[in-house]
Amino acid sequence: MPHILVDHILKTYRISERDPGVMGALRGLLHRRYRTVEALSGVSFALQRGELLGFIGPNGAGKSTTIKILAGILRPDGGRVEIDGRDPFADRERHVARIGVVFGQRTQLWWDLPVGDGFDLLRDIYRVDPVRYRRTRDELVALLHLERVLGQPVRQLSLGQRMRAEIAAALLHEPDILFLDEPTIGLDAPSKLAVRDFVRRANRERGTTVLLTTHDMHDIEALAQRVIVIGHGRVLADSPVEALRAQVMAERRLVVDFAQDAVLPAQVHGATVQSRDGQTLVLDFDPAVTTAPSLIARIAAEHPVEDIRLEGMAIEAVIARFYAMHGASEA
Amino acid sequence: MSTAPVWRDVARPYIAAFASRFLQMLQYRTAALAGFATQCWWGGIKVMVFAAFYGGTAIAGAATSMSLAQAITYTWLAQGLLVLMPWLGDPEVAQAVRTGAVAYDRLRPVDAYALWFARSAGWIAARVLPRVALMAAFAAVALPLAGLNDWAWQLPADVVAGLAFLLSAVLALLLSTAMVMLLNVAITAALNERGISAVATPVVIVLSGNLLPLALLPDAWQTALLLQPLAGLMDIPARLYFGQLVGWQALGALGIQVFWIAALVTLGRAAMGRTMRSLQVQGG
Repeated sequence: MPHILVDHILKTYRISERDPGVMGALRGLLHRRYRTVEALSGVSFALQRGELLGFIGPNGAGKSTTIKILAGILRPDGGRVEIDGRDPFADRERHVARIGVVFGQRTQLWWDLPVGDGFDLLRDIYRVDPVRYRRTRDELVALLHLERVLGQPVRQLSLGQRMRAEIAAALLHEPDILFLDEPTIGLDAPSKLAVRDFVRRANRERGTTVLLTTHDMHDIEALAQRVIVIGHGRVLADSPVEALRAQVMAERRLVVDFAQDAVLPAQVHGATVQSRDGQTLVLDFDPAVTTAPSLIARIAAEHPVEDIRLEGMAIEAVIARFYAMHGASEA
Repeated sequence: MSTAPVWRDVARPYIAAFASRFLQMLQYRTAALAGFATQCWWGGIKVMVFAAFYGGTAIAGAATSMSLAQAITYTWLAQGLLVLMPWLGDPEVAQAVRTGAVAYDRLRPVDAYALWFARSAGWIAARVLPRVALMAAFAAVALPLAGLNDWAWQLPADVVAGLAFLLSAVLALLLSTAMVMLLNVAITAALNERGISAVATPVVIVLSGNLLPLALLPDAWQTALLLQPLAGLMDIPARLYFGQLVGWQALGALGIQVFWIAALVTLGRAAMGRTMRSLQVQGG
């Protein structure tokens, strides 16, 4: 039986709206207009125990809504969710005792309390055994380098410190499942690396099932074995990360620096000119049509060349193209 | 396993939430001192107004239900307990709703109503206790020392009355919290508390007896005034303090408080359940 089973879930939001300006505001007093927005229109997937799944999609695609439903915060309007055999919304109290959640854009720690006091409060709220709690907390504090911030009120922490504290807070009760909604948003490079490293360890060493949403494709490349692309409330793709890359983008990129006095070719057979800047030419090509060695050989034979670099398409570009392909970019 | 540790484990999250909010609120000493100063000032004015009324002959009838000394003591007590009046939702709840952090409250493996209840009770208790202590120091200790014994806060009628008052005051705290919980739920549903507070404030301050003892209001209304839920916030504890209600009457008065706590908690739980089902946590 899968650890998480999501079967055709639906969710619509009702959003009140009015025309801009004073007249719009006055009309809004008399007559409220509502628009229904379909956030999820039939999302299905299954996740095995110990899997690490990346969830990507444009803003407004339905990623956070899915996480909120899986966490038991929202009730789906239709469809079925089963986690560990339980309905997260109907059986909320028992469900949430076994999961940990981090919303990158919100804080679960108490703003005015020192981090350590917040942890102690969570210990009591989750009714964690004190001896066990001390061991888990010390381990998390060491792994996430929180020794120096334990005594500081949350409001004084930097974003990177706060996010590490948030992740620790979500794991104090040793959950089986970890939901991370944009855990690296706004973090600097070292903090991102620390968060990724920690999540990977939690997944590999403790067998925690992890579901993570992000806009940072490096999170996906560094962490996930499997990725689900969601757009317009639907699953657009559900595949291993490498397969997604291959499916969307066969293209490669060749960057050629020509010698100072060389005349750049207007066209190169078997490749499309992406851009030219001074003596540098950027070419995109499909390796199924032209191989890189033959392309390089041809250019080098006809022109004086100083340097040639071969690049895989950045995964960001891959994904942007994938969204566009499915018409999923945000309206 | 014995029953005591089980009970303690069940109550643990709520006790922790109460204690944490209580200790957090105690930090705001400036607010407590400012509130105390304002309440002393208004208390002084009310005491002088009472003295003027009781001095005149027109209102001699009122003096039979409450003496001037009692009216003055009542005033200091009411000033000390002013922040017990539930006209504001817990600002932490309002903030959690605005920022969406309310989603995290739904993630705790506890009864959501009870968790907010414990927190709001901590919030109220931490504001009431320092103000009552300061008010007692001022009106029950400092005024007599300054030779103003006539204007001072007098002791309860007797030891039993004092104990009944303490019990009733604890019930008043629970009653106030049950009402604040209704405001909290309303804030969650409407995402705005100002309108509700503006309506609630005058109703609460009059019907609780905080502005004037309910006994001074028309005789024909007395039964209804005593039975309505807000009397349990101020008027009932005060009547017990003065020993105006004894024996079965005292138990009956406490029973009114317990009844309203149970009724409002039931109502609040139902309202919160409804609100949470339709709650939309948007964005992010």
